Amino acid sequence: MSRRRPLGTTVALIVLVLVVGVALFGDFLTAYPYDQSNLLARNEPPVFLGGSWQHPLGTDRLGRDMVARLVVAIRISIGIAAVGTLISMMIGTSLGLLAARRGKAADDAVMGLVDLQAALPFIIIALAILAFFGRSLAIFIMLIGLYGWEVYARQVRGAALAARNQPYIEAARAVGVTTGAIYRRHILPNISNVIIVQATLNFPQAILLETGLSFLGLGIQPPLTSLGQLLGEGRDSLASSWWVAVIPGTVIFLTTLAVSLLGDALRDRLDPTLRR
Amino acid sequence: MTSRFLVRKLLRLLLTLWAAVTLVFVVLRLSGDPIVALVPADLPDAILEQYRERLGLTGSILEQYGAYLSGVLRGDFGYSFRTAGPAWDVVASRVPATLLLGGAAMALAILVGIPAGIAAAHWHNRAGDRVIMTGAVFGYAMPNFFFGILLILLFTLNLQWLPSGGMGGFSHLIMPTLTLGLASAGAFARFTRSSLLEVLGAGYMRTARAKGLSLRRQMLVHALRGALVPLTTLLGFTIGALIAGAVVTETVFAWPGVGRLLVVSVSERDLAVVQLIVILAAATMAFANLAVDLAYGWLDPRIGQERRSQRAGP
Repeated sequence: MSRRRPLGTTVALIVLVLVVGVALFGDFLTAYPYDQSNLLARNEPPVFLGGSWQHPLGTDRLGRDMVARLVVAIRISIGIAAVGTLISMMIGTSLGLLAARRGKAADDAVMGLVDLQAALPFIIIALAILAFFGRSLAIFIMLIGLYGWEVYARQVRGAALAARNQPYIEAARAVGVTTGAIYRRHILPNISNVIIVQATLNFPQAILLETGLSFLGLGIQPPLTSLGQLLGEGRDSLASSWWVAVIPGTVIFLTTLAVSLLGDALRDRLDPTLRR
Repeated sequence: MTSRFLVRKLLRLLLTLWAAVTLVFVVLRLSGDPIVALVPADLPDAILEQYRERLGLTGSILEQYGAYLSGVLRGDFGYSFRTAGPAWDVVASRVPATLLLGGAAMALAILVGIPAGIAAAHWHNRAGDRVIMTGAVFGYAMPNFFFGILLILLFTLNLQWLPSGGMGGFSHLIMPTLTLGLASAGAFARFTRSSLLEVLGAGYMRTARAKGLSLRRQMLVHALRGALVPLTTLLGFTIGALIAGAVVTETVFAWPGVGRLLVVSVSERDLAVVQLIVILAAATMAFANLAVDLAYGWLDPRIGQERRSQRAGP
């Protein structure tokens, strides 16, 4: 895709840089705290619909500034998705290496867990855990961190098993490098492409899981906000102030689209087997 | 297809179901004394004991597990807190709505996705291909909760053509079906295109062209047949994820199905109902996988009886 449509990749990169920039430094964009309501300025439209520059993206039905809310929402959503992707990457990679390295019993145990995980759609597992354990930020982040671990595990295991038979591993073993060091210093760096590619697939999915659960009212709880929680709130005031829903929804859509396009481009570059 | 193959698959199905049922039991016990989660706080001890009795929470953990398993086998899944009726009845009353919506969305995904994929493969790397594939990527990346809201904005609030939610006549079905079917249609288009592109270069396709068959016959009879195996995988996966897929769409459109029931039950911690829906979702997935395995053997006799099928999602 990168060679055929470099424009799409460039636009995607710009979108992603903007989103991450807003998440990190967006506080300069507004003077209002994200949770400060102002009953005199409720449901004000954004600038492009005839609103004032006081609230460039308008206000919600409690008069809270949408720019401020959006900045916090992007920060929380991107942050949780990034942390979740990192956690599932670490869990999946560790278990995948464990399965490849520690013999049949460990392999069977890990792959059994992978099968079990694949036997149920993750959103069902997530909802069940939220029902049984109750809702808290820690449990929620852990949930996002569990999402997709089994794909990393399966891929890392496969890549490690394939890498193990390479001559350079044999060479390392012949000169007396210990098994642990072989996995750490030789196999892991060589399968890092697989892990990175999987992360670019996992990250937009983690954003969608977080925003989806928060949209349903089962994720991030007010007064804290996230893109999904914002969208869920906006859904209740569609008739009076539709932008409250449409603006965060558009951000979610553009972000996941951008990450997916960039992931495609990265995959083309990193994974020679996918080149046609 | 040998009977040994069938027995193996059936055993695997039973094993999966047992694992799901056990997982639910373990997770519920892990979350602490279930009685605390299940009943309102500050109940007198005597009533608490009665609840324990009724919910099968007396005796050792193994006894509890045995009682729970035998209950499940007899179709006894406990009682819903919201309705006080058996959880089974609560869930069963919602199943038809989910089947209706899921079936309609599936029909849409197949009727739009497969022809779009065929067209894209036919116009490979030309403008038509790009347009269709861009549409498929959008359909795939668009979160369904946002798409549903956009539909409501346009067709309910602006044009006032369609009702925003609930279940009723055909008009109630349109927007939920579009919402639920969109992502699947994108997936079907991508799968159809890529598997067609793989077979279009095959020898038998050259033969079909050399025989002077019409384009339609080439595509529909010869090429699509070769693409049926990956499409069956996707179909099985979509059917298996029926309940999961319905969660968001049913909530957005207040559709009275199992998915919305799950969300409501989770937020009110109606655990017996949640437990049953989880088991139901696992069963749906397991049966869909079994059906896919059986269909493989029928579609492509080369697929051996012993080969472990790969059931990764699309």
